[in-house]
Amino acid sequence: MADLTTRFAGIDSPNPFWVASGPPSNCGDQVKRAFDAGWGGAVWKTIGEPIVNVSSRYSSVDWNGVRMMGLNNIELITDRPIATNLREIAEVKKRYPKHAVIASLMVESRREAWHQIVRSTEDTGADGLELNFGCPHGMSERGMGSAVGQVPEYAKLITEWVKEVARTPVLVKLTPNVADIRAVARAAKAGGADGLSAINTLNSITGVDLDTFTPRPDVGGKSSHGGYCGPAVKPIALHMVQQLAGDAGCGLPVSGIGGISGWREAAEFLLLGCHSLQVCTAVMHYGYRIVEDMIEGLSNWMDEKGFRTLDDFRGLSLPRVTEWQHLDLNYKIVARIHPELCIGCGLCYIACWDGAHQCIHIEGAGTPEQLLAESRARLTQTPAVAAVDTSQTPARRIPKVDQQECVGCNLCWLVCPVESCITMDRVDTGVAAQSWAQRGA
Amino acid sequence: MTNEQEYAASFAEIHPPLGRREALAEANRCLYCFDAPCSNACPTHIDVPGFIKKIASENLGGSAMTILNANILGLSCARVCPVEVLCEAACVMHRYNRQPIEIGRLQRHAMDHFYGTGRGLPAPAADKPGRVACIGAGPASLACAAALRQGGVQVTIFDSRPLAGGLTTYGVADYKLRPSDSQQEVELVRSLGVEFRLSVEIGGELRLKEMEEQFDIVFLGVGMGRAHPLAIPGETLPGVIDALRFIADYKMHRGAPVGRRVVVVGGGNTAIDAATAALRLGAEEVHVLYRRSETEMPAFQFEYELAKQEGVRFHWLTQPVAVHGSAAVESVECVRMELGSPDRKGRRQPQQIPGTNFELACDMVIPSIGQSRLLDFLSQFRDVRLSGGCVAADPETGQTSNPRYFAGGDCVNGGREVVDAAAEGKRAAAGIARRLEAMHG
Repeated sequence: MADLTTRFAGIDSPNPFWVASGPPSNCGDQVKRAFDAGWGGAVWKTIGEPIVNVSSRYSSVDWNGVRMMGLNNIELITDRPIATNLREIAEVKKRYPKHAVIASLMVESRREAWHQIVRSTEDTGADGLELNFGCPHGMSERGMGSAVGQVPEYAKLITEWVKEVARTPVLVKLTPNVADIRAVARAAKAGGADGLSAINTLNSITGVDLDTFTPRPDVGGKSSHGGYCGPAVKPIALHMVQQLAGDAGCGLPVSGIGGISGWREAAEFLLLGCHSLQVCTAVMHYGYRIVEDMIEGLSNWMDEKGFRTLDDFRGLSLPRVTEWQHLDLNYKIVARIHPELCIGCGLCYIACWDGAHQCIHIEGAGTPEQLLAESRARLTQTPAVAAVDTSQTPARRIPKVDQQECVGCNLCWLVCPVESCITMDRVDTGVAAQSWAQRGA
Repeated sequence: MTNEQEYAASFAEIHPPLGRREALAEANRCLYCFDAPCSNACPTHIDVPGFIKKIASENLGGSAMTILNANILGLSCARVCPVEVLCEAACVMHRYNRQPIEIGRLQRHAMDHFYGTGRGLPAPAADKPGRVACIGAGPASLACAAALRQGGVQVTIFDSRPLAGGLTTYGVADYKLRPSDSQQEVELVRSLGVEFRLSVEIGGELRLKEMEEQFDIVFLGVGMGRAHPLAIPGETLPGVIDALRFIADYKMHRGAPVGRRVVVVGGGNTAIDAATAALRLGAEEVHVLYRRSETEMPAFQFEYELAKQEGVRFHWLTQPVAVHGSAAVESVECVRMELGSPDRKGRRQPQQIPGTNFELACDMVIPSIGQSRLLDFLSQFRDVRLSGGCVAADPETGQTSNPRYFAGGDCVNGGREVVDAAAEGKRAAAGIARRLEAMHG
């Protein structure tokens, strides 16, 4: 079995899976249960002067019958006294010395306030600190959270204050609600940060109730923008961690966050250079138990690929991300429909006609409209006896690709519901590789 | 059985309605095929993926209109269509190792919503010149009349029975469709402004000549004639009742007298309906006699399976030769059959095996060996040519050899499904509309 032990910014944990700062890491009993379930670390729900929360707090985006594709929250930092949180951190750390316990912190932007919280937190034995410069809702109105993370100078200044007294590694958690996440990352680095956590949640309104007209979540007839997370944000998170990991000016290790709900996403974040992984929404949806599959799946995949440790593949995909101008204009692929797998749904056909380049055809049909008209005009009767063959796709329903016209956009392959029914096959153009940059040179 | 509660329990729907969540989940399974095979398999070409997509988006009103625009008998068809050999047989899911989409039940969901809101259909187009009489108030006439009326044509439906709906009212097993359901559909057609003249004997009280004077066009949707007699001794004994009468009786009275041991003669879907109804009404044993073997049985496979599961006993290659009894039915004398050489249609002809007679004790016999053609009745219509006992009509327009007469449904197709009648009625309406246009300019 692969070795999943993790060292990130000087913090060790038995595996890279950490419970992210949020409702699942709100108190000691939760974090203990998380560790018992297999989590390698936990970033405590942000500690600061206790606040008062509203109800309701969450809303979600369901998609095609699947719940919580994206989750939005307007919950603030911990509503429990600082002393209680710190006492429980000490207890947890004592009982689980090998697990990573990181305290997420957010206090008002005064040097003394930060010094005080850092000192008292570190007295608990916590392995590190995560500065919450990311939450986009509520706290930002009070000059904290993303209000700090959106201004590189503030981020740098507060990181400096923290580093003045901190003895443990300091992570800065970044907000994605900026034009370029690298600017704040560089500021954090300049302020002395040891690592980054990215991304925090995205500003969002998940929806509007069409009966009450109140956006969700509804707090007594009003709503407020919240922080968006969950599977829907993974692509945004992956892009941002790639920007951070690929940025020489930043050069800090990254703990990846954003839509990780299984081992596949975990592997993706690691391949784009992350050192540890943080998960919140998936735990909120299914509980701590999901970590079992994350550990097993990642480990099995590593065994299969011959990776012994996380370092063996960390960042392996980074060199494969480049600017568009360096992509090979002469690389050519075309769609191929494998008729023996085609179920005759016609989705590739209509996608190509309406959404792409009109190069998938149904034999004998002109436009999709003509095809429909012909079908509607066909007289159909109920078969007298049940002699219907459901196993074969009628040959005329199997679309054909005009490979001369196909631009290799992938759309048909993406919409096809059957795995491997459409493949994108390499075509040798016989022309040497040339990028836009080379062409312009 | 007279107890209403018992009746309701015995004839509970075999396909209960889907709940909202169930319907959403099922609707979301639909791939939304283009030029969908399910739509093409439907004689009325309902845009099946279109109405399912609208269920998924919770646009139930729109979903219902998509159905009703193609098939005004959407309610009946959702319940009685042999979807297993029509739309659901064509579903691409069969080739995807998945259960086909439950199209019938989803259609039912949209229809239940539509009738539940009582919102009705948009007002018909402005009145146009021309009057049409539809003879027979079954599915073909209802579909024809509704489509014509929606286009602004004045339509009157005539039927000799007190309730409209034809076999959807009188002839469908009650666990599939109740008269109260079919009457909702009739009321919908009435709400468009179609006039119903029921309990009127055509040819008697209303002479055809008068009708031709009053109406520009006559649509024949008269269905089939009387049940074929067994033509064996003893068939006039009390206790012998043909299947259609038996079904109509129990449906109208929500219960009917039934024997302790019942013998149903015939292998079609109506025979199955009668057999399963007899069991539900309290018969201890129900036997079905069919003169050919299991493989030749015309009943749909799923109907046969249902009957078997419910305990109906099938006797293959068995033909009744006499009904015995002093004052009422006491037994059926049967003879064993063997299959001889194929006839013109390729079906092997059953032949009696001499000396194999045996008696089956019973106190009720339900012949269900098909309906006769309405030859005498149909021959009254001037210049309307018959073919094989059915009205010869252009399959595209429903027009007969007499250009003022159109026809559709069982009297044309020799006895098919409700959806076939609905399709033929709809096509005839288009044909009639064109004809009226030509007549009145």
